[in-house]
Amino acid sequence: MMSLLLGVDVPPVSHVTIWESGPLGFNKTAAVYVFATLATILIFVLGTRRKDALVPSGLLQNTAESGVAFVRNQIILQTMGTDGLKYLPYLTGLFFFLFFSNITEVIPGVQFPANARLGMPLVLAMITWGIYNVVGVVKQGPWTYFKNSCFPPLGEMPIFAKIPMYCLVAPIEFVSAFIVRPFSLMVRLFANMLAGHLILVTFAVLTAALVEAGTVLGYVVFPFSFFLLVAMTGFEVLVAFLQAFIFAILTGVYIGGSMHPEH
Amino acid sequence: MALLQLLLAQAADTNAGLAAIGKGIVYGAAAIGPGIGIGIVVGNAISAMARQPESRGVVQTTMFLGIAFTEALALFGFVLSFIISA
Repeated sequence: MMSLLLGVDVPPVSHVTIWESGPLGFNKTAAVYVFATLATILIFVLGTRRKDALVPSGLLQNTAESGVAFVRNQIILQTMGTDGLKYLPYLTGLFFFLFFSNITEVIPGVQFPANARLGMPLVLAMITWGIYNVVGVVKQGPWTYFKNSCFPPLGEMPIFAKIPMYCLVAPIEFVSAFIVRPFSLMVRLFANMLAGHLILVTFAVLTAALVEAGTVLGYVVFPFSFFLLVAMTGFEVLVAFLQAFIFAILTGVYIGGSMHPEH
Repeated sequence: MALLQLLLAQAADTNAGLAAIGKGIVYGAAAIGPGIGIGIVVGNAISAMARQPESRGVVQTTMFLGIAFTEALALFGFVLSFIISA
């Protein structure tokens, strides 16, 4: 019974800065990221070896091609238009890396989504922030980019109405464009994965504890808990794919917003 | 002296209980707004798809985008409720 209780033990927040792990800080999180990197690389290296055949064949080649087509049509062409196609390699790699590091949440034996720790979501959100700011400054010039982000066009109104409106809108737009966007990217991915992981842990430990308790009520109730565990595992597969897709498409939206500011 | 220690022990218990109540209130209040918001987004997406079935692809993509934006706020509250400690 004590070993079951260890499953729901949430360590205190101060443990975030204590890395109890192997040499060079290599722990379970890092191992899952290595798997995600290798899976992404292998899919695209092994899937593009037969480039000269007219009809694609084989599982890996079809997976790689449909993956690239999905990112190209649903993410880039929807949000950035045709001049966003130079970001296709980065967004494909980002999407597949996030998908593989999220899907380990439901793979038996591992069952740990590596994005349930703040490290990689923070780094990826910072990379996105750097890319859309640099693209904005390069395409529009630094002062024009800053002006278009913080002072959006408000429409036709007389000057004595525009100044109070801009005094109100400009700080909100500044915070929204430069602070909230990377922060929300990071927290959205991290919290979705952490919440799913905690739900699965809770239902699994609940089922085991109900069975181990040996009471009649335990034997009656545990099928419901088990059914919910199975249902939430299926839901977590959807959430893993969806969070990778959302991260990639929001990156596309922010880069597209820097490339084509609204007039 | 014994009375002071008794009072301090009771205060420590109260703090742990108050922290638990705080955690519950934080997540409960954080889940109200996004629940309503996601309902509005998906409802409007459904009626848009019903009016014009050809726009299903664009509407579906935009719906997922809207769900991600509003759901992030509920998840801020979820994470905060774990950070709160006695």
